[in-house]
Amino acid sequence: MAHDDSSGKDLAATSSGLDGASTGTAVATTDAGHAEADGGLAVIATDTFANPGLPATRHRATDLDPKKARTAQRAVYTLFYISIAGSIFALAAYMAFPITDDLASVRLNSVFLGLGITLALMGIGLGAVHWAKSLMSDEEGEDIRHPVRGTEATRTAAVQIFDEANKESGFGRRTLIRNSLIGALVAFPLPAVILFRGLAPEYNNPAALLETTMWKTGTRLTLDPSGLPVKAADVTIGSAFHIIPEGLNDTPDRLEQKAKAAVLLMRVNVADLKISPGRETWNYDGIVAYSKICTHVGCPVALFEQQTHHLLCPCHQSTFDVNNECEVIFGPAKRALPQLPITVDSEGYLIAQSDFTEPVGPSFWERS
Amino acid sequence: MTTIERSDTPHEVVDPAFAEAPKLAATPSSRFTAAAANYIDERTSISAVVKEFGRKIFPDHWSFMLGEVALYSFVVIILTGTFLTFFFQASMAPVIYSGPFVPLKGVEMSSAMDSALKISFEIRGGLLIRQIHHWAALLFIASIGMHMLRIFFTGAFRKPRELNWTIGFLLFILALAEGFTGYSLPDDLLSGNGLRIIDGMVKGIPFVGTWISYLIFGGEFPGQQIVGRLYTLHILLLPAIIVAMIALHLVFVVVHKHTQYAGPGKSNENVIGYPVLPVYAAKAGGFFFIVFGVIALIASFFQINPIWNYGPYDPSPVSAGTQPDWYIGFADGALRLIPPGLESVIWGHTYSWNILIPIVVLGLFISIVALYPLVEGWVTGDKREHHILDRPRNAPTRTAIGAAGVTFYAALWAAASSDLIATHFQLSIEAVIHTIQATAILGPIIAYFIAKRVCLALQKKDREIALHGFESGRIVRLPGGEYIEVHQQVDDYERWRLVTFNEYKPLMIRPNAKGKITQTQRLRARMSRWFFEDRIAPVTKTELERQSHDHH
Repeated sequence: MAHDDSSGKDLAATSSGLDGASTGTAVATTDAGHAEADGGLAVIATDTFANPGLPATRHRATDLDPKKARTAQRAVYTLFYISIAGSIFALAAYMAFPITDDLASVRLNSVFLGLGITLALMGIGLGAVHWAKSLMSDEEGEDIRHPVRGTEATRTAAVQIFDEANKESGFGRRTLIRNSLIGALVAFPLPAVILFRGLAPEYNNPAALLETTMWKTGTRLTLDPSGLPVKAADVTIGSAFHIIPEGLNDTPDRLEQKAKAAVLLMRVNVADLKISPGRETWNYDGIVAYSKICTHVGCPVALFEQQTHHLLCPCHQSTFDVNNECEVIFGPAKRALPQLPITVDSEGYLIAQSDFTEPVGPSFWERS
Repeated sequence: MTTIERSDTPHEVVDPAFAEAPKLAATPSSRFTAAAANYIDERTSISAVVKEFGRKIFPDHWSFMLGEVALYSFVVIILTGTFLTFFFQASMAPVIYSGPFVPLKGVEMSSAMDSALKISFEIRGGLLIRQIHHWAALLFIASIGMHMLRIFFTGAFRKPRELNWTIGFLLFILALAEGFTGYSLPDDLLSGNGLRIIDGMVKGIPFVGTWISYLIFGGEFPGQQIVGRLYTLHILLLPAIIVAMIALHLVFVVVHKHTQYAGPGKSNENVIGYPVLPVYAAKAGGFFFIVFGVIALIASFFQINPIWNYGPYDPSPVSAGTQPDWYIGFADGALRLIPPGLESVIWGHTYSWNILIPIVVLGLFISIVALYPLVEGWVTGDKREHHILDRPRNAPTRTAIGAAGVTFYAALWAAASSDLIATHFQLSIEAVIHTIQATAILGPIIAYFIAKRVCLALQKKDREIALHGFESGRIVRLPGGEYIEVHQQVDDYERWRLVTFNEYKPLMIRPNAKGKITQTQRLRARMSRWFFEDRIAPVTKTELERQSHDHH
C-alpha cells in the first residue's frame, strides 16, 4: 500500500519548524526507518494543516503575583504540618482507644486510628501536588521521540553477533547436538509435573469417593447442627428441617462428609406428591428427604418456599419442585436433587433406608 | 573532590565546572549532600541515571492517572498485606472460637477464620489494616479495568505498544486471581461457598475435572489443604509474578515514552509535558499519598467483608443473596444465565454444558480482549508507530466494538445480582434472568450500532466546526431584510485538535505476485470494509480555503 506521508518525515519537518518558532531549541531528528514504515490502509494526507505549535504559556496567578505565591507556599507547608499532626493523632489514638472486651472499642480504635493515618497521608499528598501545581515551574518541556527499533547499525551488529555465536558454537550446523538439547529441555520439567500427584492422597480414586455418602441403612436423621434425632411425628405439614446423618459431628472428616450427606427434610401433603415407580416407599407419610447439595455446582439448596413447594439455590437460582421429586423447573441445573429413601424405626425416629441411589452434588466426568 | 586531585591517569582531566563545585558546597548540609552523592555515584554510576531520566518529559492528562492508581493501590496492598501475614494462620486445623465476639463463642472453625477474627477484634488497628487491604484490592482491580478501557478507547495499544497491552492484560488476570485467592483465605461461609462453586466448575471439565478437583483440594472437598495452598499463591507466587510484570510494564512505558493526545505543538515525534524532576516527582509522589489516604479514609468508615456475620465455612448453611466480590461477578453471572437442561450423558460420561459453555464463552471474551491489538493491526496493515492518541469518535468501529464488549460484560455482571434485582424490584427471578439473557445477546449489538452512529455524528459535528466555525449567537440583519447568525471561525489551535486524526480506507483486493487472491486477503478485505466503510474524512486545508472563499 501507499507509503505514508502524513506522519514520518514531513510531519517531523513541520513540527521541527514550529518548535523552532516556539522554543527556538528543539530540532526534530527522524530516522530513515521511521519514515519508511508502511501505513497499510491509512489514507495519504497531503493537504494537511500546519501544526500551529505550542500556544504561549499562560502564567498562573502565583507566577504573576508574589502575594498569591506566598499564600500558596503557606498552604503547602500548612498541609505538611497537618500531616505531622495526623501522624501524632494516630499515635495518640492507638493509645487512647485500646481494644477492650466491649466490641464497640474496635470501632473507635479503627475510626480514630484511620482518621489520623488518613490525615497524615492526605497532608503529604495534597501538599506535594499543590506545591507542584502552584509553585513549581509551569513551563512545558519537549522530548523528542526516536523509533523504538534499533538503528540499522545496531541491528546489523546484533545479527552479526548471533552469526558469530552460531559459527563458533555450531548451533545451526551440529543439528544432533541442538535437537538432543531441545529434547532434554522439553523432558526435564516432567518430573516436576508428576510431583504434583502428591497434592492428594494416593490410595483413593476420586470418582469412587463421590459415589457414596455417610448414609447407611438405619442411620438416623438428625438435626443440623445439634445432632438430635427427629421423630416423624414432629414433622408437621409445610415444615422443613436441615438434616445430617447421626454421628456426623464425631467423624474426623466432618466437613467432607457433610458436603455430601447434607439433607433437607420436608413434609408435604402426600396426595400432592408425584411418585415415580420404584420410589413408592421412599417417603414416610408425605415426609421426603432430598440431598441439599445442588446438582449444578454444589451450593446448598437451602431456601424452601412453603407455598409453592419449591427449593431454591441461592447461588445460581436453580429451582427444584419438591412435589415432583425435586425436578429442575428453572435455572442452570439439569438433574433433580437425589432423594434419600427414609422410613421410621421402632421408636418412631426417622431413619435412612439406604444411602442415596446415585451420586449427590455437581456432575462429574465419570458419572453416568 | 579529592579523588580527582589524586587521579594520575592521563585521560582524566579536571573539569573546570567540577573544580567550582566545592565553592557551591558552602553550607554544612549541602557539603554533606555533595559528599553523599559523590559516594553513591562512585559506586553506582547513578549520575548517568539521573541525567537520563531526571528531566524526562511526561504528558499531563487526568486519564493517565488511572494506571497510577492501580500501581499505588498495589503498593498499599503489599504494605498492608505484609502486616496481615504476621498474624494470619493459613491453616484449616479446627479450633473452638474463644474470642470476644460473643455470637461465635464455642463455635468450631478453622485456624484461618479464628486468626482472621483475631486480627479484626483483638489487634489494635488490625481491622483497619484488613479493611485497607480489602478496599485497596477492590480499587486495584477497578483501576486496572478503567486503565484498560482508557487504553482501548484511545488506541494506545497500537504499535509499538501491542506487547505492553498483553502484559497489562496478564496483570488484570493476575489481579483477579489475587483477589479470588485472598477472598478465600478467611475460610468464612461466603468464601467457602465461592470455593464450592470453583469445585463444582472444575468437576464439570471433561476427562480430568474430577481428578483436578481432587488434587486442588487435597482429597474430597473441602479438605484441610486449600487455604494453605491458596495462601502460598496469594502471598508468594502471584505477587512475585505481578511485581515482575509491573516492572516490565513500566520499562516499556519508558522505552516507548508516554502517548499524548493530539494538540497544538504535539506531534508523533515529540512528547510535550512536565519533567520528572521536580514536577512529576511531586505530582506522582503526592498522588501515591492521596490514593493511600483515600483508601484509608474509606477503610476507616466503611465496613468490608464482615466475616463474623457469615460464620465459619460449613457445606450446609448459606444465606440468601449470596454474592461474590464484584470483580468475580461477570463469571458468576455467566453461570446463572445458562438455560436449564444443558447437560448430557454420552457413552457413560457426563458432559456439563451448563458449565462448559460459560467457561468457553468467557475464554473467548477475554481472548478477544487480549488479542484485539493484533487483529486491528492486521486489518489496518499499519506498521507505523503511533504516539498520538485517538479520540474515541475518530475510530468509530473500534469504539463501537468496545461499547459492545462493555455492554456484554455489564450484562453478565448484572446477572450475578439477579436474585437481589428480583427481590429489590419485586420481580420474578425468571423474568430477571430472561431479561438479562436477552440483554447479553442483543445489548452488545444495539450498543455497537448506537456507539458507531454517535461517533460518526460527533465526527460530522467536528467537521462542521472545523469548516464553518461555531454559532456565535450574534444575529445580523442583512440589507435585504434577511437575518443570519454569524458563525465564528475557531482559532488555529482549536482547529488542529479537530483535524488531526488517522483515516483508513477499506482494502482493495488485488491479485498477488502469483496472480491469485488468497482467502486471507479476502478476509482482511471484509474486515477492513467492516472497520472503515463508514468514515468521515478529516478536513483538509484546501477544503477550508474553498469554504472561506465561498463565504466572502
